[in-house]
Amino acid sequence: MSSRIIVSAEINGEPTEFLADERDSLLEALRDRLGLMGTKEGCNNGNCGACAVLLDGRLVNACLVMAAEVDGAQLTTVEGLAREDRLVPVQETFLERGALQCGICTPGFLVAAHALLQEHPRPTEEQVRYWLAGNLCRCTGYDKIITAVLDAADRTDVASG
Amino acid sequence: MQDLRYARASSVAEASRLLADGGPTARVLAGGTDVIVQARERTQKISLFVDIKHIPEAVGVGGAEGGGLTLGAAAPCCHIYDDASVRSSYPALVDATSLIGGTAIQGRASLGGNLCNSSPAADGVPPLIALGATAVIAGPGGERRVPVATFTTGPGQNVLEPGEFVVALEVPAPAPGSGVRFLRFIPRNEMDIAVVNVASALRLDGAEVAEARVVVGAAAPTALVVEEAAEALVGRPLSQESIASAAAAARAAVRPIDDMRGSIRQRRHLAGVLTERTLRDAARRARGEEVASHP
Ligand SMILES: Cc1cc2nc3c(=O)[nH]c(=O)nc-3n(C[C@H](O)[C@H](O)[C@H](O)COP(=O)(O)OP(=O)(O)OC[C@H]3O[C@@H](n4cnc5c(N)ncnc54)[C@H](O)[C@@H]3O)c2cc1C
Ligand code: FES
Ligand code: FES
Repeated sequence: MSSRIIVSAEINGEPTEFLADERDSLLEALRDRLGLMGTKEGCNNGNCGACAVLLDGRLVNACLVMAAEVDGAQLTTVEGLAREDRLVPVQETFLERGALQCGICTPGFLVAAHALLQEHPRPTEEQVRYWLAGNLCRCTGYDKIITAVLDAADRTDVASG
Repeated sequence: MQDLRYARASSVAEASRLLADGGPTARVLAGGTDVIVQARERTQKISLFVDIKHIPEAVGVGGAEGGGLTLGAAAPCCHIYDDASVRSSYPALVDATSLIGGTAIQGRASLGGNLCNSSPAADGVPPLIALGATAVIAGPGGERRVPVATFTTGPGQNVLEPGEFVVALEVPAPAPGSGVRFLRFIPRNEMDIAVVNVASALRLDGAEVAEARVVVGAAAPTALVVEEAAEALVGRPLSQESIASAAAAARAAVRPIDDMRGSIRQRRHLAGVLTERTLRDAARRARGEEVASHP
């Protein structure tokens, strides 16, 4: 029988302890135990990227991580991208470019694109498309998203974002 | 999600014990990109996940004693393709690890998991076989080594005995004049399962082929080492004709199925095309030329 476990992790810069079921995914724990609703469930099987988060700085799908696995780890969710009132560049350019419609895919794209720009501050369009291949959007047709990410890369303060 | 427990092993011995005590429904958790989906969809009964990512030997990527490369079985793809020695000396591993899933999958998925899941279409397996890799297995009976070429015995089946798991994959140092290339065909550029995939290895002695290995995946119950392709190549200069004979041998050797991803006819054709392309690129790498993993 699975049981209740206590998980300690640094979430969006805050040391956090939470109670979870041993069989919870990280996605379930974030949404149902911690109330961090920014991370979305699309497919729940690794294909859509709506649940993308950074685990120890690496882009992962929270639906394919067990909550128990993040004990001792560092996590960043979409809620943790902006610092105080300052959006990171991809958040700004998504707004300016209107790179979303229904918005369900947006948190995943923001987290994934932010991770891309931290690793490759000046990506080519092809790099952006490959990097984001694991994020699906049923509404926008992708072009505005790609343009927004390339715009964000042009902003000088990206590397410090 | 089915009712299951999670245990974190910090040593090889602890993982072996947890797996042995847990019985047949205890399963290794590496990157979880196959097994968490299987547990959730209840395609298999799983009662315990044994997380091996906190065992140093199972996650390291680095030089082995006496040359060669040791890959922790649970090392994620991103650590493999980011490793400088992998990039310079084992580019075929970059070919494979950088196209398994997308970026977020590559942050977790391991080659040990790819091998142990034992899908006929696994993208990590043909390049490991072409490179001559060996699986280091730990279990109740101690440690043993099995070549990756004979590890998988059928779809979803392999040589692991109860309580055993793969700790690491050992890849021999590339011989001078050798090159390996992996390519797959899917209907789009990323995020799909191979219709066919092929890894080819060549060792050139001057213009002549001294050694060759052609491995075709997704075209038989397990990845297929096409001996006849090697025979068509070895002992003669690499030429248009010898490459064409190797491709014909690959087309003849495959035993593909028809499914939603491709027909038997298409898979047979692809086995030939990818054999030709991988051999040409392997030869370029063998001559020290740069061949990018992706366009
Ligand atoms: C969206 C998506 C895209 C994908 N794309 C691809 C692709 O392009 N190409 C491809 O080949 N695969 C693909 N896969 C499948 C999967 O990502 C790979 O097979 C991956 O390499 C599995 O590794 P893992 O570490 O996640 O394994 P896990 O899921 O942790 O384990 C897989 C299986 O192997 C067992 N296992 C794991 N490690 C060991 C070990 N060291 N010893 C013994 N048993 C072990 C587990 O118990 C389980 O049965 C994809 C999956 C998803 C969800
Ligand atoms: S919900 Fe996790 S990838 Fe779709
Ligand atoms: S905006 Fe609706 S799925 Fe992307």
